[in-house]
Amino acid sequence: MYVAVKGGETAIAEAHRLLADRRRGPRDLPSLTLAQIAGQLALAVDRVMAEASLYDPTLAALAVKQARGDMIEAIFLLRAYRTTLPRLAISQPLETAAMQIERRVSATYKDLPGGQLLGPTFDYTHRLLDPALAEAGDEAADVAAATRRPSSGERVMRVSDILDGEGLVEGDGHFGADHVAGDITREPLEFPMPRDTRLQVLARGDEGFLLSLAYSTQRGYARTHPFVGEIRIGLVEVEIDLPELGFAVSLGRLRITECQMVNQFKGSAKEPPQFTRGYGLVFGQSERKAMAMSLVDRALRAGEFGEDIVAPAQDQEFVLSHADNVQATGFVEHLKLPHYVDFQAELDLVRRMRADYEAKRADEASDEDAITSEAAQ
Amino acid sequence: MDKPQPRTAFAPAKEPDTAQDAQAARRKRAMDSLARSDRGRLEAFLAREAADLEVHAVRGPETGLVMVRGRIGGGGAPFNLGEATMSRATIRLADGTIGHGQLLGSDRAHARLAAIIDALGQRADYAAQVNALVSAIEADLTAADERLAEETAATRVDFFTMVRGED
Repeated sequence: MYVAVKGGETAIAEAHRLLADRRRGPRDLPSLTLAQIAGQLALAVDRVMAEASLYDPTLAALAVKQARGDMIEAIFLLRAYRTTLPRLAISQPLETAAMQIERRVSATYKDLPGGQLLGPTFDYTHRLLDPALAEAGDEAADVAAATRRPSSGERVMRVSDILDGEGLVEGDGHFGADHVAGDITREPLEFPMPRDTRLQVLARGDEGFLLSLAYSTQRGYARTHPFVGEIRIGLVEVEIDLPELGFAVSLGRLRITECQMVNQFKGSAKEPPQFTRGYGLVFGQSERKAMAMSLVDRALRAGEFGEDIVAPAQDQEFVLSHADNVQATGFVEHLKLPHYVDFQAELDLVRRMRADYEAKRADEASDEDAITSEAAQ
Repeated sequence: MDKPQPRTAFAPAKEPDTAQDAQAARRKRAMDSLARSDRGRLEAFLAREAADLEVHAVRGPETGLVMVRGRIGGGGAPFNLGEATMSRATIRLADGTIGHGQLLGSDRAHARLAAIIDALGQRADYAAQVNALVSAIEADLTAADERLAEETAATRVDFFTMVRGED
């Protein structure tokens, strides 16, 4: 019989106190400021914003600090905070073509309008640990300021527009005039899910999960034969309509990463041979995620192109139901919470089954004994 | 004004054809700059130009969310990318002028200051000072953009062709 019990309040309070102590770390070291986290661990902050689906660098830095650097915990904190705020507006679609560019590369064209702009990239570094960064103290003076070179002022043309000029690539992706963009923060996931809603799920999906799925498509589980048409990172304006005034105003700018993946397509009876595309758009500087997203976006379009659905990355329900790491961690981690009653019930059941089993075996054994002794006689 | 004129990068606001449109264009330009300004600058402006102003709150200041939209493929159908925090305020001056302030982030005080300056910009006795402030903010934002563009341009790849042996 199970008797309901209470307890643990003191233990929980002390555990939280211990957590605060461990989070603070050695007291002879200064506490991290949010400005330091946002300024020097900027890509961690970007990831938290992207997967929490809430852009706010200061709050994301707070979440990283509070979570002791545990990214999924930080994402959870920011996602939970999001639910406390009312929605005041819906922005006009971002104009990524008008981005203030910080990085732009194309793997399909060497010379293209605007050029290859490497920006602050890890690419081409040797991935050797740098002892200079391990030195304590104020090294600000030692890090040279960025070089400046007059900008060409050339318009940084979207690669999809270049390809579009030849008619060799499919368009950006449109719906009928009456289509309303789905919103997974308001409606539960339903399958099959239209592409706009899928992109919302992918944009806040777990980077590791999407990366592995994207990798699986490259290894042959839904081959998409991709080329990076373009990756661009930079600042875009967020504009909203002010109905009381009758015009749109800018709320400021945010940093995003966009990936245009160009994929092969043979053509069909209806469509001439042309390249197909996958699209990735992510908050912050997050190239790996944007690339993975665009590969998975393309793989999920299998049905649209009449491709056989044979691999996990092509399976909408599998991909989209498991991409959210807040949901995933909630369900996996809940297993550590008290399941005393459930387990006791199962324990009791297994004990009874075991007793039956033992009794049956004992019966069989005695029957056999009887047969053996009969035979001996 | 009769119809909204959303501005895009390649379609700059068309030439204003009425005084009202010109007023709206000036106001939008001011609001865009006030949202991206440093808050301290707005505080200093008000302390200097309108220290004893009577301001009544009409709405907020409040913080909430704006759902940020992208477009499929960059230019296709809109989709919901994710939300961002935004703050906004609406105020009324003693003479009845209404001002709106709004920006990304959680800085409600900034939204309120922007609303006050938006209201002042509509008044003949403050329009010149507000215009000067807006121009100064724009100059700083442009300089920051140029710096970013030049730092990025320094990382531009200059391809050159290797001379081949047999040529």
